Amino acid sequence: MLNAVWLGMIIISIVAGIFNGKLDLVVVAITDSAKLGFELGLGLIGIMALWLGIMNIASESGLIRSFAGLISPVSRRLFPEVPEDHPAMGAMVLNMTANMLGLANAATPFGLQAMKELQKLNKNSNEASDAMCTFLAINTSSIQLIPATSIAFLALNHCSNPTSIILSSLLATTCSTVAALIAVKYFAKLGKFHTQRGVQLNA
Amino acid sequence: MHNIINQLSNWIFILFIVGIPVYAAFKKIDVFNSFVTGARQSFDTSINIIPYLIAMMMAIGMLRASGFFDIIFSYMGSLFQYLGVPEKLVPLALIRPFSGSASTALVADILHEEGGNSIISKMAATMMGSTETTFYIIAIYFGSVGIKKTRYAIPAGLIADFVGFISSILFCKILFT
Repeated sequence: MLNAVWLGMIIISIVAGIFNGKLDLVVVAITDSAKLGFELGLGLIGIMALWLGIMNIASESGLIRSFAGLISPVSRRLFPEVPEDHPAMGAMVLNMTANMLGLANAATPFGLQAMKELQKLNKNSNEASDAMCTFLAINTSSIQLIPATSIAFLALNHCSNPTSIILSSLLATTCSTVAALIAVKYFAKLGKFHTQRGVQLNA
Repeated sequence: MHNIINQLSNWIFILFIVGIPVYAAFKKIDVFNSFVTGARQSFDTSINIIPYLIAMMMAIGMLRASGFFDIIFSYMGSLFQYLGVPEKLVPLALIRPFSGSASTALVADILHEEGGNSIISKMAATMMGSTETTFYIIAIYFGSVGIKKTRYAIPAGLIADFVGFISSILFCKILFT
């Protein structure tokens, strides 16, 4: 799917660029974004080192295990194929916590670490597992307790009660999380998205 | 009140960075070495995702530069309005799954034009927190572990974004009018 999306984006850009007479801007964007992507990746090393260091301390001290145990009634249902005490669970729990609390730069390192651990449990290393798809869906819909950036933005523009959006964000993200979970459970059952292993068994 | 929230965000951050090592030290963990061991893993992961980042940034950069989104706005505008999305928020709804920096810029622009107290601004701010740069997240998360078939991750992520948008507007209408 990423294949088609990526190729589609590139082809559409060229066609739209010609149509809008902006082809020269498209050409500039290609080289600019290559540079930007590299710089972003390098920048991530530092912030990721910080959070993975903290995460390692938390896991060696048993803090992650006790927290993962605390929310296991929920996580067991969301990720039935991930053992409760697996490092993947700890990293996912930290990622979701960081997302909820608005610690955006901590969420990505924890999320990448979670994917690394989930991949160790994956039976087909080329294909996303159900746990990975569920994790990503929860990630993109993340329940937001403290939308710090949005509040700061509103305050900057002289909003008289910027914190009022805490409630609207909480309600909206609850809806999107529920929708994401329903979608994930529905898609997982659809034949179209069966893993290759599953298809072979059916055939 | 937003000062309190600001302080709260800072304290949560401090709680993570200071609280965790202090707790671990009580448990007799060699915290410094533990930190360094964990931090070392960041190189592999970060370097691994650079090709995926570049691939994604390139395609998104090209799309933005080509004026493709302008064409889409003119066609999709009426569909979104039918769903009750104010015209000003349509570009935000379309760009959000692709680019975090572009959507932040759009929100900043809307808030600047409409002022912090308008309902459109509150909708835009709520949307910002309720949705994600789905394509970017999927590309780097799956890229970092070499997954080629993403199965239903993209449709599920986009459904989450779409519901996030529509419910942001809905709840803002209910709460702020």
